[in-house]
Amino acid sequence: MAGVRALGVLSRIASRRYPALTGSSSRTFSVASTMMARTHVNYEVKGDVAVIRMNDPNSKVNTLSVQMQREMSEVMEEVWANTAVGSAVLISSKPGCFIAGADINMIQACTNTEEVTRLSQEGQKMFEKIEKSPKPIVAAINGSCLGGGLEFAISCQYRIATKSKKTVLGTPEVMLGLLPGAGGTQRLPKMVGIPSAFDMMLTGRNIRADKAKKMGLVHQLVDPLGPGLKGPEERTIEYLEEVAIEFARGIVAKKIPLTKEKGTMQKLQDYVMSYPVVRNQIYKTVTGKVMKQSKGLYPAPLKIIDSVKAGLEQGPDAGYLAESQNFGQLAKTTESEALIGLYQGQVICKKNRFGTPARPVKTLAILGAGLMGAGVAQVTVDKGIHTILKDTTVPGLARGEQQVYKGLNTKTKKRTITTFERDSILSGLTGQLDYSGFEKADMVIEAVFEDINIKHKVLKEVEAVISPHCIFASNTSALPIKDIAAASIRPDKVIGMHYFSPVDKMQLLEIITTEQTSADTTAAAVAVGLKQGKVIIVVGDGPGFYTTRCLGPMLGEAVRVLQEGVGPKKLDQLTTSFGFPVGTATLADEVGIDVAAHVAEDLGKAFGSRFGGGNVEVLKTMVDLGFKGRKSGKGCYVYQEGLKTKEVNRELDDIMDKYKLTPHPSVSSDSDVQYRLVSRFVNEAVLCLQEGILNSPVEGDIGAVFGLGFPPCLGGPFRFVDSFGADKLVQKMRAYEAVYGDHFTPCQLLLDHANDPSKKFHK
Amino acid sequence: MALHWNLIAPTLNVITVPLPAKAVVRELLSVTTMLATKSKKSLSRPGVKNIVLVEGVRTPFLLSGTTYVSSLLHEGLLNKTALPKDAVDYIIYGTVIQEVKTSNIAREAALGAGFSDKTPSHTVTMACISSNQAMTTGVGLIASGQCDTIVAGGVEFMSDVPIRHSRKMRKTMLSLNKAKTLGQRLSLIGGIRMAHLAPELPAVAEFSTAETMGHSADRLAAAFGVTRLEQDEFALRSHTLAKKAQDAGLLEDVISFKVPGRDIVSKDNGIRPSSMEQLAKLKAAFVKPHGTVTAANSSFLTDGASAVLIMSEEKALAMGYKPKAYLRDFVYVSQDPKDQLLLGPAYGTPKVLQRAGLTMADIDVFEFHEAFAGQIMANLKAMDSDWFAQTYMGRTSKVGAPPMEKFNLWGGSLSLGHPFGATGCRLVTTVAHRLRKEGGQYGLVAACAAGGQVSRDHAVCPSTGTVLMHCLIAEVHRAAVAQVVKEDD
Repeated sequence: MAGVRALGVLSRIASRRYPALTGSSSRTFSVASTMMARTHVNYEVKGDVAVIRMNDPNSKVNTLSVQMQREMSEVMEEVWANTAVGSAVLISSKPGCFIAGADINMIQACTNTEEVTRLSQEGQKMFEKIEKSPKPIVAAINGSCLGGGLEFAISCQYRIATKSKKTVLGTPEVMLGLLPGAGGTQRLPKMVGIPSAFDMMLTGRNIRADKAKKMGLVHQLVDPLGPGLKGPEERTIEYLEEVAIEFARGIVAKKIPLTKEKGTMQKLQDYVMSYPVVRNQIYKTVTGKVMKQSKGLYPAPLKIIDSVKAGLEQGPDAGYLAESQNFGQLAKTTESEALIGLYQGQVICKKNRFGTPARPVKTLAILGAGLMGAGVAQVTVDKGIHTILKDTTVPGLARGEQQVYKGLNTKTKKRTITTFERDSILSGLTGQLDYSGFEKADMVIEAVFEDINIKHKVLKEVEAVISPHCIFASNTSALPIKDIAAASIRPDKVIGMHYFSPVDKMQLLEIITTEQTSADTTAAAVAVGLKQGKVIIVVGDGPGFYTTRCLGPMLGEAVRVLQEGVGPKKLDQLTTSFGFPVGTATLADEVGIDVAAHVAEDLGKAFGSRFGGGNVEVLKTMVDLGFKGRKSGKGCYVYQEGLKTKEVNRELDDIMDKYKLTPHPSVSSDSDVQYRLVSRFVNEAVLCLQEGILNSPVEGDIGAVFGLGFPPCLGGPFRFVDSFGADKLVQKMRAYEAVYGDHFTPCQLLLDHANDPSKKFHK
Repeated sequence: MALHWNLIAPTLNVITVPLPAKAVVRELLSVTTMLATKSKKSLSRPGVKNIVLVEGVRTPFLLSGTTYVSSLLHEGLLNKTALPKDAVDYIIYGTVIQEVKTSNIAREAALGAGFSDKTPSHTVTMACISSNQAMTTGVGLIASGQCDTIVAGGVEFMSDVPIRHSRKMRKTMLSLNKAKTLGQRLSLIGGIRMAHLAPELPAVAEFSTAETMGHSADRLAAAFGVTRLEQDEFALRSHTLAKKAQDAGLLEDVISFKVPGRDIVSKDNGIRPSSMEQLAKLKAAFVKPHGTVTAANSSFLTDGASAVLIMSEEKALAMGYKPKAYLRDFVYVSQDPKDQLLLGPAYGTPKVLQRAGLTMADIDVFEFHEAFAGQIMANLKAMDSDWFAQTYMGRTSKVGAPPMEKFNLWGGSLSLGHPFGATGCRLVTTVAHRLRKEGGQYGLVAACAAGGQVSRDHAVCPSTGTVLMHCLIAEVHRAAVAQVVKEDD
C-alpha cells in the first residue's frame, strides 16, 4: 500500500473544490462589441431597481474575463445614468456559480509584470467605482463566489447569499501562487478584521454561507427552495432576486442599515488592533507561521502579508499600489506557473476521457476491510452507491465498519453532514463474510494482502459468483495487473485501481489498464473514481505502474543517504526544505518499512541495477527487528501514543553502523543529497513517459504531486524539468553517475530535452 | 397522568350518547329511491363491509397556555352515557407529544372515563395525522371483522409538554442508580456541571433535516410563489368563516367542558377575525426578515381532544343509531422530508380519488388541514399545475385545485386551532356535518403531517421525522340524507 500522507500546502490545494481562476477559453469576438448585443451581462429595470444579470454563454461558470468586464462597465454606466433607477441588484443566471474568479488566460496572456500590474489596477479602479456607487448595489450570491468574484461582491454595498451547499466564498488565489489583486487585500481586513482576513487569504479556504454571515462577509442569508412550479434551482435564483430587490429598495428607503452593530468581541478586537504594536506583532506571528509551513518556497503568502500591511500602515494609496505591484510580480513567478499548471492538470484529470460506461456502477463490492478497503468503502457509500464490504474475519470486518463510521462521524462533528444523513448513508453499507449478493455487484475492488497467490485465489472465488458484466479491480500498489489477470477467465474486465492511504484524504487514484482491459471497463473505473471525488491518472501496466515506480529509486537513494550517515531528521529536513510536504524518512514510516522493503525488492528484480543504491538488507533488517514504521510504533522514528513529537529511533544506529557507507565528499553537500534524491525520481518519471506507461506529462505531474507529495511549488517532475532545465539536470546526474554508476544514468527522453532546449514537456 | 385523559374523557362520554333511533330503518328505505335520482351512485361495493361514522365530538380547541392550564387536578368524570360500556370493542387514540408516564394514553383515558376495563385500547402516533391514523386503524379492525364498534380519537396538550433532563444528566442519574458505594455516588454527583442542568426542550426541528416547520412552510410558499398577501387573505378567510360557523351554531361537534376551578368552556377560543391591515403589520415569524409566514397565517399551538364513534353499518343500524357518513377509502403517502414536507395533500388527493373511482368534480365537500396558509396555497397551486404533476408526480396531467366554494367553509386549523393529535377527527366529523347541511354526497379530507407546529408566540415543534399525508373519502350516509330530506319537508 504505497500511501502518502500529504499535508500542508498540498492538502490545501487538494481540498479545493472550486476554481479560483478558470482557464475557460472564452471566445473573443472579432466584431466590434458596440455593434453587438451584450452576451455576458444584461440588465432589466424592475420598478426602480436595476437587476443586472451575468451569464457567460461559453462556459459553465462566470469568470471576470475581458468581455465580462467590458460589458459590466457599460451596464454600470447605463444604470448610473438612468434616473429612474434608485438601486441595483447584481446576480448570476447560472445555477451554482456567482463568479468563480478572474479569467486565468487574461493573466497568462500578459508578457511582463507591468502588464499584469496594469490589469490589477484596472480591476481595482472598477471595484472602486462600484464601492463609491451613488446607488446602492446588492450582490445576490448563489453558488461559488471566489477570487475576483468575491472582490467584486465585497465592493458592493450589500450582500445576500443563499444557504445552498454550492454557495461558497473565498480567496483561493494563494493556492495559485497569486494574491487577491483587485482590492481584496485592502477591503477584507476592514470587513472581517485582520486575523480572519489573513486566515482567508493565506489558506484560500472556502467559506460556507452561514460562516460568511457570522464573519460579516455577507449581510443576509436566503434558504434554497425545493420543487415548486419551476425547478428548484431556477426558482431559487428567482427568489433570491425577489428578496434582493426588496432589500435594495429597503436600503434606498433607509429602512435597512448597511452596517451591522458590532458585538462586544468585535469592538474589543478593533480596539486592540488600533495599536500599531499589536498589528506589528500579528504581522510577525503570521509571517513566522507562513515561513514555517512554506519553508519560504512560496512567495505569495508573504506578498499578501506585505500588501495588507502596506494598506493598514501607510494608507490606501500605498496599499492598492503594493497590491497591484505584488500581483504583477507573483503572476510571473515559476511557483505561480507551477501551481496554475497543477490546477489545470487537476481539471483535466477530473474528466473521463474514456466516455460514459455502458452501465453505471450501482453496487460496489470491496474485498478486505483493512485500512484501504474500508477507506474505499467510505468514499463510495456516501456517494449513494450501495457498498458491500467483505472480510474473512469478524474482528477485521468490525474494525473496517468502525473506520467507515468514524470517518462519517467526523463529518457530523464538522457539521458537513447531519447525524441523520450519517445513519442514512451507513444504511447503504453491507458488511459480510461471504459472497452473498455479489451477483448484484457491478464492480468488485479487491484490497487483500499483496501476494499474487492470494490475489489469484480471490479472483477465482469472485468470478465464480459475479455476473458477466461485473468488473474486477485490484487495489495493488506494485503487482502487475496482467499477472493478476492471468488467472481470470475474462481478462477484459480486469483493471487496476491504485488508491492512496488514507483514502478519504488522498485525492489521487491511479488506474492501471492492461492490453486486454476493454475501453468500457476503463471508462467504468474512471467513472467510479470520479464519483468518489478522485483526481485520476490512467497509466499502463508494469511493475510499480507509475507512482510506486517513481518512488522506488528515490527510496533506494534515501536508504543510501541513511547508510552514508545522514540521520532521519536531517533527511526529512533536506526533503521538506526542497518542498516535499512530508520528509522521506517520515514517508517511509507512514508507508510501512515492510511495504517499502517488499516493493524495493520486487522492483529491484524487475528493473535491475537502476533501482539499486541503498542496500535492501537495511530495510529487511529493520522489518526483522519489528521496525515496520508508524503502524508498529517504531521505524525511522519512535511513535508514542499521545505524543506529538517523535524521536529518532536510536536502535537504528546499530543497523546503520553495520551497513555503513563512506560518503563521497564531491556529491554529499546538502544540495547534492537533495538533487540525488529528486533526480532519480524525475528520471524515472520521464522514463515512464518514454516507455508509454504515462499518457502525458500532465498526468505524470498530477500523479507525482497528489499521490507522492512531489513539491507542489515545482509543479511536478515534468514541469520541474522544464523550469529547472533538462540540461542542468543531466549535468548534475552525470556528476553523480561518475560516482555511483548507472543509478543516475539519464534516460533517452531526458537527454533529448537536454540536447534541444526548445523541447518542453509543457508548452 | 391526568393531563391528557381529562381532556379525552368528556369526548369519550359524549360520543356514546344514543341517538333517537326509532324507525331509522324504515326512514332509510323511504329515501333510497330519492337518492338514486338525486345523486351519483354510491361507492358501496358488494362484499365490502360498509363502515360508518356514527358520531364525532371534540372539546373546544383552546390556545395553549390559556384555560386548560388550570385543569391539572381534574379528576375523572363520571360517565352518563346510555351506550353499554361493553358495546365498545376497542379504543384507539392518537397523540404526538407523549407523556412518558402515560405512554398508552388511550388506555388511561378509557379507564378514567369509566369504560369497561375489559375494553382494550392502544395509542398511535403519526404527527399531525395521529387521529387520522387512529380512525383508519379502526376502519381496518372493522373491515377485517375483528371489531364492530370502535372509538377513535386524538388528544394534544401543548401547555404541558414533557421537558427532559439533558442527555448528560440522564446518564449521570441512571449511573447513580447503579452506583454501589457512597464513593461512587459522590464521584458521580461531583461530576455534575452547569451543562448537565440545562433542560432539553422538545426538538424544535424535523429530526431528519433539522429544519423547523415554519421554516419549511416559508420555503414552500416561496417555491410556489405564494405571496404574503395571498396567505393573509387565506388566513382571514379561515377566521371569518370559522366565526360565521361558530355564530351560526354549525360547530355542533364541540361539547362543553368544565375546567375545574374555572368556568365551563364551550367555544373554541382561537378564532379571531381581523383585518388585512392588521395582518399586514405582523413581522415574519421564521425566515427573518424577508419571510412571508407570520404568526397570523400559521396555525397555533392548541390544546384539545376529539373522538369519533365508528361502527360497521349493520351493527350501527341494529343498535338503533343513525350514522352520519360512510368512511369509504383512504390513502397515506409520504415524500422527501426536506423540500416536500408539507406537500402531502397535493400527492394524496389524486391517489385517493383514483382508488375511489371519483374525480374532483364528484366531491362536494373539501376539508383540508390548514397547517399554514402558505402551505395550503402551495398545495392548491401544485394541484393546479400540469408541470408539477408531470415532473414530480409522474402523472399525465394535473388533478385540479378544489373550488374554494366547497373548501373549508366552516374554518380550519388556522382559525379553530390544531391540537396535533386531535385534528383528524375534527376534519372527518366536519365533513360529515357539512355533507348533511350542504346536501352533498362525497367529501374529501386531506391532512399533511410531519413534525410540529407554530404558535402565535413561539415555535415548539415535536419532531417525528415522517412526511406523510392522509386522504380520506367520506360519503354521506343514507340516514343522514334521510334526515335532511325530512327536515326539508
